Amino acid sequence: MSLVNLHQVHKYYGDHHVLKGIDLDIKAGEVVSIIGKSGSGKSTLLRCINGLEQYQEGGITVDGKEVTTEDIQVRRLALSVGMIFQNFNLFPHMTVGENVMLAPTIVLKKSKAEAEATARAMLEKVGLAEKFDSFPEKLSGGQQQRVAIARALAMSPKVLLCDEITSALDPELVGEVLKVLEQLAKEGITLVLVTHEMNFARDVGSRVVFMHQGKVWEQGDSKTILSNPQTDELKQFMGAVL
Amino acid sequence: MLYFSDLLQYSDVFLSALKTTVELTVLTTILGVVLGTVCATVRQYGNRAGQRVVSVYVELIRNTPFIVQLFFIFFGLPAIGMMLSPWEASMIALTINLGAYSTEIIRAGLASISKGQIEAAKVLGLNFRQTLTRVIFIPAFEKIYPALTSQCIIVMLGSAVISQISVQDLTYAANLVQSRNFRAFESYLVTALLYLGLSILLRFAFNALGKRLFAYRTSN
Repeated sequence: MSLVNLHQVHKYYGDHHVLKGIDLDIKAGEVVSIIGKSGSGKSTLLRCINGLEQYQEGGITVDGKEVTTEDIQVRRLALSVGMIFQNFNLFPHMTVGENVMLAPTIVLKKSKAEAEATARAMLEKVGLAEKFDSFPEKLSGGQQQRVAIARALAMSPKVLLCDEITSALDPELVGEVLKVLEQLAKEGITLVLVTHEMNFARDVGSRVVFMHQGKVWEQGDSKTILSNPQTDELKQFMGAVL
Repeated sequence: MLYFSDLLQYSDVFLSALKTTVELTVLTTILGVVLGTVCATVRQYGNRAGQRVVSVYVELIRNTPFIVQLFFIFFGLPAIGMMLSPWEASMIALTINLGAYSTEIIRAGLASISKGQIEAAKVLGLNFRQTLTRVIFIPAFEKIYPALTSQCIIVMLGSAVISQISVQDLTYAANLVQSRNFRAFESYLVTALLYLGLSILLRFAFNALGKRLFAYRTSN
């Protein structure tokens, strides 16, 4: 059964037609990598899935429920869709532990003890249990991004959206974040990533979606599509990134 | 010759005046910053009508003299049936004044918070009020804290003007004492030193509060 479904989604910024009829179906447990040049609409697509951006035509459902940007809807959606950003966006005035505990306590109304137990478990999962009382600014970029992953996981989302989450990291820190993602993929979490990490897309991802000029240009099983691209545009793109 | 001892018999006058100034300062600082926070929030995140109302208020206050605002409230408002005591009129005038200036300062702080922080709160399911109070306010205030505390001190010093509508504050006491004993030099010097002491004390209090509020910058 499909967890995330996009049907003929069109999105405009003013006159600029960013998404030109996207059809996409993501099943539970899939790891979908969205690749493409900048400006091809990858991030916009991701942001439409969790209601951060409005779309003008078509329909998006997550777990059977329709996605709109209505405030209340976004909040309900947040319970099933987690998101991790390129710039981490940890809250600087809270410790790592408080960052992870915030939403479970005030959104899910969990008790402090329960939220703390969850937070510690999630931080353990990303290998940062000992940083519970540290402030974000004391952490490296890679560590901050892992905290952001733990923060998203603490809400037990059905699907996790990752918007170029390794792009702001120094090259030597990319690996630790990808390792966490790989672990999550093994555990069966549904992941949708906008990424430039082709090796990760090929080795860990189950499917690759290549976007070009606001359309899903080509998609398929990650190993097949990356070793044997069909369209000229994907061939060209692969040539440019590899 | 200088005769500071001539002031001694008026120490009660100075003390009660000091109390008035301190009371008004503490009260208007709290109320003014709360007002400024509300207005800044409306101006930064509110709808167009709200933003316009706040803009008019801020520009009106920032482009007119404080003493005129005070006289308007104290002498002007009774004409439309609002009789206020000098103390009440001063409290309102000072709060409105600080509210306008702090609106601009606090708004700069709000504007410094990246969109990413707000989106992160949103995708975690926080509503707008929770986002404001839990995510935005503390880092926003940290950015503008020195400017805001300076403004509070400016308003405290500016409160000297309220002696003009016979609130018995420090400046009122200085005027009173020097008119009785003609020791203008001593009287105003002592008053100036009392204001100086108040400023230093206020700055000290703000620093202590800042250290608590923004502990995350120094700890670990």
